[in-house]
Parts: sequence; structure tokens; C-alpha cells
Amino acid sequence: MRVLLHVWRQAGPGATGRLVDYEAADISPDMSFLEMLDVVNDRLTVKGEEPIAFDHDCREGICGSCGMMINGAAHGPMKLTTACQLHMRSFKDGDEIWIEPWRAKAFPVIKDLVVDRGAFDRIIQAGGFVSAPTGSAQDGNAIPIPKQNADQAMDAAACIGCGACVAACPNASASLFTAAKITHLGQLPQGQPERMKRALAMVHQMDLETFGGCTLFGECQEACPKGISIDTIAQMHRDYMLATAIRREESAIGGTG
Amino acid sequence: MERAGLLKFWDSSVGKKVVMGATGLILVAFVILHMAGNLQFFAGAERFNAYSHLLQVDLIEATWILRLTLLVAVVLHITAAYQLTMRNRAARPADYVKREPQVSTYAARTLRWGGVYLLLFIPYHLMHFTIGNLHPAFARGQAYGNVVIGFENVWIGIFYLGAMAFLALHLYHGTWAMFRTLGVARPSNDPLHRRLALALAIIVPAGFSLLPLSVMLGLVR
Repeated sequence: MRVLLHVWRQAGPGATGRLVDYEAADISPDMSFLEMLDVVNDRLTVKGEEPIAFDHDCREGICGSCGMMINGAAHGPMKLTTACQLHMRSFKDGDEIWIEPWRAKAFPVIKDLVVDRGAFDRIIQAGGFVSAPTGSAQDGNAIPIPKQNADQAMDAAACIGCGACVAACPNASASLFTAAKITHLGQLPQGQPERMKRALAMVHQMDLETFGGCTLFGECQEACPKGISIDTIAQMHRDYMLATAIRREESAIGGTG
Repeated sequence: MERAGLLKFWDSSVGKKVVMGATGLILVAFVILHMAGNLQFFAGAERFNAYSHLLQVDLIEATWILRLTLLVAVVLHITAAYQLTMRNRAARPADYVKREPQVSTYAARTLRWGGVYLLLFIPYHLMHFTIGNLHPAFARGQAYGNVVIGFENVWIGIFYLGAMAFLALHLYHGTWAMFRTLGVARPSNDPLHRRLALALAIIVPAGFSLLPLSVMLGLVR
């Protein structure tokens, strides 16, 4: 098959970018979207041109590295699918395809389709973890966890941090990402000691990173390749409100050493 | 210096959103009561004027408490909305050449503009029927007659119906979003589905619209 690509090309972080047209001929419908780009890049290299830069790693939809806006939708037209797991059979011969990087102030473009998602790492550093003693691992079923909590935690933990939620959101909000992490840890017993601190710190960091706010358009949930629900955002709001109401500074008067 | 709890809450995008949800709840409750009260118009002039007298004279202290509550709610709602909108715009300085909305509703996408329309409508509405300075023949205590004369100009009726259309869109997105923002929505397999919001978005603006429509169509005089 043959498709016409309009690809965002940008030489560097501060450079002016623009859409450049490429014709991709002799493309197999069984190629993944990234394999199609590999073929285009091979041909560009042979011609002595700079190949299109894009992020990718596992190419099996679990690492969160890849991600681009394909025809105006994050990760392209297929639901619950990352760009690497999207295949060319989702398109028709002769289709025009627009390819752009994630757009957000917090995700500056590094080159072409590659953006810096360090903002997500800093949100995780602010509180997306549990402090656990080192040593040999505890028996897996030593702590009973209700099925519903385990289900919700695991569904939220499916987040791969690809950034599609931010990319798809009209406000460039990172609410779904942050809420997924808060829900994932907040539903589990191991996450309880730091639950209030976590909600305050992660939301604060999310705002510092200049992401927009949530207006519940619902676009993030639709774009998420892991199907994270906007129910997690309600959970984030609950935790944040409760934390504002009851959180106290750490202090010890007597009885603790 | 670290800001204290409530100021920090107000600074955060989640906190401002919660303020919008909480004030929205007050405003939704008000429009339901206001609409229900207005329907007494169809019980005749005597009943409607008596209702007006009840609110404007007998219960005037309670009315003022309600007015001040609503004023505070509206100011907070608009301030948070404006500040969040500015932040959201700044969060994407370079926009996409092509972005296709997948599931966002027309109501959600027009919410801010509907808010601006309602912001223009509400002061006009107060000067039209409460203060009366923008009414052609305002007579204190004659609420029924004021409504009939007030809607004789068809353009004013259309302006009111336009406000009700935006109110419908505002309720359709806002009422649904409010429960999720306040964290009280139950987990759902289809979180975008809305029942209560749809019912309110139809019933409340329809109830309000019956007044100008009945006057404009000459059913009441």
C-alpha cells in the first residue's frame, strides 16, 4: 500500500518546526506503524537525508516509550493501542496521515516527534512510591487485600506513563497520569502510610510542571492505551480533599523516639 | 514560606476545581428551586404575585441570605473558572495542526462561552425583573404583569431562550462533572454516561422557557 505522510520535523528544542510531506510506497499492511516509519527512515538515510526521530523501545505496547499524535488522535485511530502496536491495516491505500509530537508546555520537543517527558518522572519522585524496608520480600499473600481494591489498584497500575492523556487533553492536563499513580498506591495497604502526603505532593508537582487542569472532557480515558478510567481522577480528588483537611506536619512530643 | 492549608488548596488546580464543583452544587440547587417557583406563573396572577410577595416582603431576610450566598458562589465559580482557563491555555502554547476530539461533548467544548453568555444574562435578568430599571413598565408587586410585559419584545424573549440553551449545556456537562470533581461519583464501567445530568439539562431550562414561550406565543396575557 501507499500512504502520504505529513510529519512534524524540528531540528532541535528551540528550532522552528514544520510539517514535511513524505510519500511512503510499497508498505505492507502487516507492518506496525513504527515499522512503516523505519522503512521511510531507511529510504531517507539512503538519500542522505536526516531520518525522522521518534521514541520507541519494547514495540510490544508495554514500555510507554512510543507515542505520537496520528491523524489528530494520540497513538492513532485504534482504541487501547500504542503507536507501536498499531498496524498499517488500520489505514487504507492512499490515505493521508498527519504525524505530530505530543503538545504540551510541560513536554518540550527535543527533536521531530521526540518530547521530554521528564515532568512525569518528577511527579513520580514527588510521591509516586511506597517507602518499604529492604530485605527479603514478604510472603505475597501475607497482607489480605479486598478483591475490589486489588482490581482497582492493578487497573491503575497498568499506566505506562506514555503521555497520551496529556497529548489528547484539550487542556494538556496530566490528571489521568497523576490520578492513576495515586489510585494505584492508595488502594493498597502498603500505600496507606504515605497516602495523604502523596496526594498533596503529586498534585503540587503536577501543577508546578505547568500541566493544565482537568475539565473532564474524557479525551484522556479514550486515548489511554491501557484504558485507565477517569474514575481515578475522582479518587485523586477525594484523597486531595481529605489530605487538605486532615494532614498534619510530622511532629513528636513524647512517646516516640 | 509554605502557604497554609486552605490557600494551598486554592492554589492547586484540584482545589480550584473542587471550589467550582461545590459552588456549582449551590447554583444547581438554586436553578431547580427558581424554576419550580416560576411555574406558579401558570397558576394565575394572584398566586404568582403572592409568591413574589412572599419572597420580596415576608421572607426578605431569608431572600437576602440566599442572594449573598449565591453572589459568593458565583464570584468563586467564575474566578476559579477564569484562572483555570488561563492555566489550561498556557499549558499548550503550540497547538496541533490536526487534533480530532474523540469523545468530548459539544456541551463540554462550549462550556466556557456559555458561561460568558450567562454572565451577561444574569445582571440583565436582575435589572429586568428584580430591580426593574431595564423593564419598560415595571410595577413593584405585580410580578405576573411584569413577566407578561417583559416578554412582549420578542428579542428579549429570544435572549432569554438563548440563555436557557446555554444553561442546558452547562448543566449537561457541569452537573455530571461536579459529582466526579467532588469525588462522590461511584466507580462506573462507563464513566462518561450521564443520567441525572441529562434529566436536569432538559427539565430545568424547559421549565424556565415555558414562561417566555407562553407569552411570546400569545398563550398568556
